[in-house]
Amino acid sequence: MAQILDMPRLSDTMKEGVLRKWHKKEGDKLAPGDVLAEVDTDKATMDFETFDAGVLLKRLIGDGDAVPVGSPVAIVGKVGEDITAILAEAAARKGGGAAGAAKDNHAAAKPVAAPVAKPAVAAVAKAAPAQRAVAMAAPATNGKVLASPLARKLATDLGVDLRGITGTGPGGRIVERDVKTASEGGATAAPVAAVAALAPAPVADVPRADARLPSPLVPDRRNEQRPASWDVPGQDQTVPLSLMRKTIARRLVESKTQLPHFYLTADADMDAAMAFREQVKEVHGAKLSVNDLIIKAAALALRRVPEANASFTDEAIIRHARIDIGMAVAVEDGLLTPVIRSADVKTLGQIAAEAQDLAKRARDRKLKPEDMTGSTFSISNLGMLGIKDFAAIINPPEAAILAVGTVRKEPVVRNDQIVIGQRISLTLSCDHRVVDGALGAKLLGAIIAILERPMTLAF
Amino acid sequence: MPTVSYREALNQAMAEEMEGDPNVFLMGEEVGYYNGAYKVSQGLLARFGEKRVIDTPIAEGGFVGVGIGAAMVGLRPIIELMTWNFSLVAADQIINNAAKIRQMSGGQFTLPVVFRGPGGSAHQLAAQHSQSTEAFWTHVPGLKVVMPSTPKDAKGLLKSCIRDNNPIVFIEGEVLYGDQGEIPEGEYTIPIGVGEIKRVGTDVTIIGWSKMAKVALETATLLAEQGISAEVVDPRTLRPLDEELIVSSVKKTGRCVILEEGWPYNGVGAEIAYRVARLCFDDLDHPVERLTGNDLPMPYNRKLEHHCVPDAERAAELVRKVLYLD
Repeated sequence: MAQILDMPRLSDTMKEGVLRKWHKKEGDKLAPGDVLAEVDTDKATMDFETFDAGVLLKRLIGDGDAVPVGSPVAIVGKVGEDITAILAEAAARKGGGAAGAAKDNHAAAKPVAAPVAKPAVAAVAKAAPAQRAVAMAAPATNGKVLASPLARKLATDLGVDLRGITGTGPGGRIVERDVKTASEGGATAAPVAAVAALAPAPVADVPRADARLPSPLVPDRRNEQRPASWDVPGQDQTVPLSLMRKTIARRLVESKTQLPHFYLTADADMDAAMAFREQVKEVHGAKLSVNDLIIKAAALALRRVPEANASFTDEAIIRHARIDIGMAVAVEDGLLTPVIRSADVKTLGQIAAEAQDLAKRARDRKLKPEDMTGSTFSISNLGMLGIKDFAAIINPPEAAILAVGTVRKEPVVRNDQIVIGQRISLTLSCDHRVVDGALGAKLLGAIIAILERPMTLAF
Repeated sequence: MPTVSYREALNQAMAEEMEGDPNVFLMGEEVGYYNGAYKVSQGLLARFGEKRVIDTPIAEGGFVGVGIGAAMVGLRPIIELMTWNFSLVAADQIINNAAKIRQMSGGQFTLPVVFRGPGGSAHQLAAQHSQSTEAFWTHVPGLKVVMPSTPKDAKGLLKSCIRDNNPIVFIEGEVLYGDQGEIPEGEYTIPIGVGEIKRVGTDVTIIGWSKMAKVALETATLLAEQGISAEVVDPRTLRPLDEELIVSSVKKTGRCVILEEGWPYNGVGAEIAYRVARLCFDDLDHPVERLTGNDLPMPYNRKLEHHCVPDAERAAELVRKVLYLD
């Protein structure tokens, strides 16, 4: 019996997907795990894999089409099957964008493709592969990760995030071997190798104390074609909204209109921290960015002030057990916030390596959804662009975000003498529903205290 | 260590206990002059005389009841059922009297009685004579149910059962009587309620008792050729069950397959699977799987009968499934 395949939910925040490119033609045979098409989500380009064997009978949308999650994308089944009825069903479901969008939760939760192909003859107890639940959204179906209990326990023990693993069991279930593979391949080897080859990270770059606005922002106009007349009006440009731009717009409007923000700003003395960086460079040859220091300082401070590592819900405040720091990374046409998990227990070297890897993958649009979800606190740093201080918008459901300015040299009074000191301005934006003024001050104070005593960061 | 057959091991257990305690006696169909339908009581009549080795009429409801009464007044009867298929006419005695008198009399009576005989299918004995009855008996509180798979276990456990003060259902493997195995020199017993790891492994726990313990070992050998290390657990006693041994093995391997000769519905394996799911929940990489006899009266036809009894090939296939290998 033929079945409809729907646009899968490939990231937590995905509402619609753009079918970037079909990999299969109508009439092509499909085996479980085959890439049917590439799909642009709001954050990355993902493979749309098929879970059942069969034949691609009909593509319902073309390359470049955008459709809401849960709307029909293709029909699969057996060769020569009559698909008139199912085509009509797909067309009916497709009708009305609003209805489709409203239903998308429902559509993703229920295997729309119906309890498929029951081989009439071999009605054996053995589950034929085709009878497996159609769990389209890779390992996470509607936010739920399918994993065996053992895999869950092992992942906890090894500190592996299940959301980053592709399951090889039935219906995409993550089983023991998947966790083992992930922990052997991904988590351990990469950071160590990356520390050794630590190159300056362009985004989380090391700001010099005398940073100026970098040259790309002050374009060299010497060879530029000047208009013949200054009176000629330019043409307005219409830039279509990318999925990422739509997501940024939606989430930040939500945050700024629904969360009662307030802001706390204070300066930290960075003399000791900058000297500490130099020492690390001398001794280990490893370059740490100011951002790396701040990620670690914020994580340690959150450990001291766990009340701020929290989320507001209508019923209760959830205090998070883990301290996962989101790191805003500017990319072409937007920004992404990859996450450094358990930053409070990682070494600076690990944080530096991960931050660099995440920033690079963010710019290459290679981040997976699970690299960008579940942070409990975020940091936005515009110091490398010479910004003195600014206030950031909270990334819900987090309760606070830290905005980091540039490290600047300025006259400071030390032992009643005016000397040249190094300062950084930090602004904490807080969700007042969770973090009150005094609590926010306590957190910001803790971050500053740690930065000013940088040996703390080495532990 | 001497090598004896399963039937000789049982014979030794009875002879030793009868030697040691004059209150122990054997009663059943053909146990005396015919030396037992399966020759388990070979020589016992000659050795202990007619007062202690008693041939009965074909009347299970009668002689099972006599055994219960004898136990109530201080003797230690061993009641042989020619096969457990015939116990069903005595089910009222076993379930309503043996299992309940100790509790209903407030402990005034103990019932040191062993009901023993062969169970399970053999070769083309058809629907009425091929049944595995352990699921019936394990259902009943007040009965202990013991099912040894080797000569060593058979002797050690039967001796413990004869000495126990509770009614015991002791089910022997009808096709195991000729199996040879080493037993310890001299006097020994094996406690009721203690299982044994028959083969150590790391990848999967296969649970089987009586004939199915043998099939589990064959399965493990097959799997070893495929690079899979299976641990074989024989609970030996089904009630009380050695939960601790099963749990420790499954916690180690993370996977569990249960082999059971009886029918699937409400089988003993269903109870074990439930306990494993409950006690090893966080350790399981795959739901517990069972391979059981087919859910139908045993066919007489040889090929069909073969298809109805779990074997190593199908068990190995199931193990590959729980390891996500196929």
